Amino acid sequence: MRLSPDTIEVFSLGPVSVNATLVFSWVIMALLVVVSWWITRRLSATGDIGRGQNVLEAVVAFIRDQIRQVTNQDPDPYLPFVGTLFLFIVTSNVLSVVPGFEPPTGSLTTTAALAVCVFVAVPVFGIAELGVREYLANYLRPTPFLLPFTIIGELSRTLALAVRLFGNVMSGTVIAGILLSVVPLFFPVVMQAFGLLIGVIQAYIFAILAIVYIASGTEVRQRRAHAEKETP
Amino acid sequence: MSDFGLIGMASIIIAGLTIAIGSIGPALGEGRALAQALQAIAQQPDESNTITRTLFVGLAMVESTAIYCFVVSLILIFANPFWAAVQSGS
Repeated sequence: MRLSPDTIEVFSLGPVSVNATLVFSWVIMALLVVVSWWITRRLSATGDIGRGQNVLEAVVAFIRDQIRQVTNQDPDPYLPFVGTLFLFIVTSNVLSVVPGFEPPTGSLTTTAALAVCVFVAVPVFGIAELGVREYLANYLRPTPFLLPFTIIGELSRTLALAVRLFGNVMSGTVIAGILLSVVPLFFPVVMQAFGLLIGVIQAYIFAILAIVYIASGTEVRQRRAHAEKETP
Repeated sequence: MSDFGLIGMASIIIAGLTIAIGSIGPALGEGRALAQALQAIAQQPDESNTITRTLFVGLAMVESTAIYCFVVSLILIFANPFWAAVQSGS
């Protein structure tokens, strides 16, 4: 049985073999780009908006709303990164109902890459917000003795982020495969519908956790602003 | 029994036990968290957005222990270091 689409080789470019994970990631990227280009080609600012624009505006408003509620800050700096993560994962998971499509998030390489993006984004956003000194000082609070645990926590949460998404999507496809050979009638359909739900929830969890981690890296400033507000 | 058979048998049995025992704790914890969240939503339906989001984040945290067990059993089955050592030795 196949556990990940990594092992399906589509074609090879010289020494580099292009597997199904890569190809389907490209398909999703192309799909997202083409659909958003096609819809944003004719935007209107009046009340009379097209169906596509309506859908996109609802999605963007939803993501902005969630980010604002989690961080209590202006969502604009985080919107491109977190929104892209969410849209990529949700498209990949939802398209897994299409026959022949192997969701690239069902491969540990894709999810590890996404988790590494989050791992890198936390200090990037933190330093942009606080400055290098203040961000690094964050690691020594409340006491320097906790430094090793903070570092281990950062690494292990990245691992958990990657494996959570991989495990959920992979188990969905594997269970569908097993059920097809045991009870091929009706029951796999139910599990597929359940898999859709799981996929959307996992994409939501991934994006929310990313924004929670990023927000925890930019937190100190808020606390100090709070203290300044209270002292005078 | 040969080294191959012994390592294979031990890996598969332990992988099954790892995920079986390791998922008990998170399952109980997640069930408890979900029950509490449902109770909270029933009492304060207005706050259901915040409660649901916090629930998801909390469940993800609770789940990570089960995920570590999952990783260990995957390593035991697919990337067993002892298996590789025996294979390269023989």
